[in-house]
Amino acid sequence: MSHRSESPPPALLREGDRIALIGSWTLERAARIRAEIERMPRPSESPLRLSLERLERMDSAGAILLAELASRLGLDPRHPPLEGGDPALVHWLQHMLAACKPIAEAPRLPGRDPATWLLAHVGRATLAILRHARELLGFFGLTVITLLRVLVRPSRLRLTPIAHHIEQVGIDAVPLVGLLSFLVGAVIAFLGATVLKEFAAEVYTVELVSFSFLREFGVLLAAILLAGRTASAFTAQIGAMKSHEEIDAMRVLGLDPVELLVIPRLLALVLVLPMLAFLAALAGIVGGAIVAVMSLEMSPALFVVRFWDTLELRHVWVGLIKAPVFALIIAVIGCLQGFKVTGSAESVGERTTSSVVQAIFLVILFDALFAVFFMEIGM
Amino acid sequence: MSAEHVVEVEGLITRFGTVEVHRGLSLRLRRGEILGVVGGSGTGKSVLMRTILGLKRPDAGRIVLFGEEVTDRPAGTRGLLEQRIGVLFQDGALFSSLTVLENVLVPIREFHPDLDDDLARCLARLKIAIAGLQEDAAGKYPSELSGGMRKRAGLARALALDPEVLFLDEPTAGLDPITAGAFDELVRTLAKALRLTVFLITHDLDTLYRVCDRVAVLGEGKVLIVGTLEEVEAHPNPWIQRYFLGPRGRAAARARMA
Repeated sequence: MSHRSESPPPALLREGDRIALIGSWTLERAARIRAEIERMPRPSESPLRLSLERLERMDSAGAILLAELASRLGLDPRHPPLEGGDPALVHWLQHMLAACKPIAEAPRLPGRDPATWLLAHVGRATLAILRHARELLGFFGLTVITLLRVLVRPSRLRLTPIAHHIEQVGIDAVPLVGLLSFLVGAVIAFLGATVLKEFAAEVYTVELVSFSFLREFGVLLAAILLAGRTASAFTAQIGAMKSHEEIDAMRVLGLDPVELLVIPRLLALVLVLPMLAFLAALAGIVGGAIVAVMSLEMSPALFVVRFWDTLELRHVWVGLIKAPVFALIIAVIGCLQGFKVTGSAESVGERTTSSVVQAIFLVILFDALFAVFFMEIGM
Repeated sequence: MSAEHVVEVEGLITRFGTVEVHRGLSLRLRRGEILGVVGGSGTGKSVLMRTILGLKRPDAGRIVLFGEEVTDRPAGTRGLLEQRIGVLFQDGALFSSLTVLENVLVPIREFHPDLDDDLARCLARLKIAIAGLQEDAAGKYPSELSGGMRKRAGLARALALDPEVLFLDEPTAGLDPITAGAFDELVRTLAKALRLTVFLITHDLDTLYRVCDRVAVLGEGKVLIVGTLEEVEAHPNPWIQRYFLGPRGRAAARARMA
């Protein structure tokens, strides 16, 4: 059965009432063997026997082709009459043939009509979205109820995990949030300066940067970064616990996994995100200021004066009031996806991806809703 | 190399940081035998298998497969040698995004891209049947299979290219005794019918007594003894005595006698 070194080409030879298999019948030679079989004339009335006397090698592809040959000759492909050959090879061959199915019989996947498939796919996807929305609302409700129960009896509040999550979610994210906001601030100032120069209105770059960062970009950048960084971490942490049956162990011990796992994460995020949003706004404005000073020949003092003159407190509130809402979205989605992990490692990956995608999607959607709302009430 | 040794390991040294797992380990696998490899946790059974397969680089020593030295050729660079080896990892290690049939087709297509589609499928189905799976299992995904069926599917993939040597890492771990017994039976029957050489890592005493021709016991970074079960049982090492002559070992030995 070893089938590597050079060996004579496979062939079939008719000798009276027997057909001799010659050479090596292996996977590499499959095409050639098939051609030989095709050339074999259809059976005559005399009973045929297959001679293995001159067979050099055979692997399982060869066994399949032998069965093919047998059925073409009208012999039983599972128990063809064999003659000669190495007893060990014959023993192996019988084992193979017993398990072998004719080539033609291998069923193929039924073809699908593309239109039906598309329709079915759209239907399934729609139902999945509805199901996700329902799950999310349900989990949100459960979280709120648990939160209220914990707040009524503050002794149940676990401070150590909250502190731990504040460090992981908030303090560790400071460099990333600060740096990225700084860079985005610089880019916006540069864009603004380029466009406003046309109208000799470069000085409005200050308002462009300060308004956009205080109202929108500070909180949005912080929320999107945390949606990527923290929602995925929550999903992976809870998902790993789920797949190790730690969640089940908690339930059996009479502990509430929502209270133990979700509430500390949620509270930590609600506390931390407004601070990160404020930090992001500051970093963005500093970035904008540096570009303004360097490329617009605006003195730093002018930037600061202009900034204070145009600044209104309501912009700060419009920005910061959104932060706890975004924090809620990120925490609830991250934790829910974690609970939805099932056993396999693949599932942790899938859930982590959808947790990030959903969190970012909902953050931006809510930001747009807030923008419309604040515009309507004239803030 | 002598023709009857398909795998030779000589003076193998493996370290993880400062921990020395193998301290000059030598082992030879004879053609056609089923060698059981046992040893306590942390004696480097799986590491030895991974080193032979080229998934881990040895710190010193030689590894020879079919007479070719492969010490410096990691897995994936061994060309034709790789087709002569089949591996069943602990939980089957099936590709989870592919059906069982597609899993078995992977090595066939990889090494024989010109093969006719219907013949390739037929070949894959033959392997699935040989591994003792029902025909409808072919279209299922690994997540839809039970543990025992996953191992059988992994075995079908390992056998796809008619290997000469089969490496099995704890094939019965996590299976219930009946399924494990059936799998032992399958390994023994297949190995003898297909004239395979088998390297079998196990903790399962029943597997050792029912399947293996010889047993190698790892310990202290070396092979303590390699021989038939009778020879191994007679070895004075305290771990071996506890392992083979403890209540479980006796029960397994009795079961074989019966």
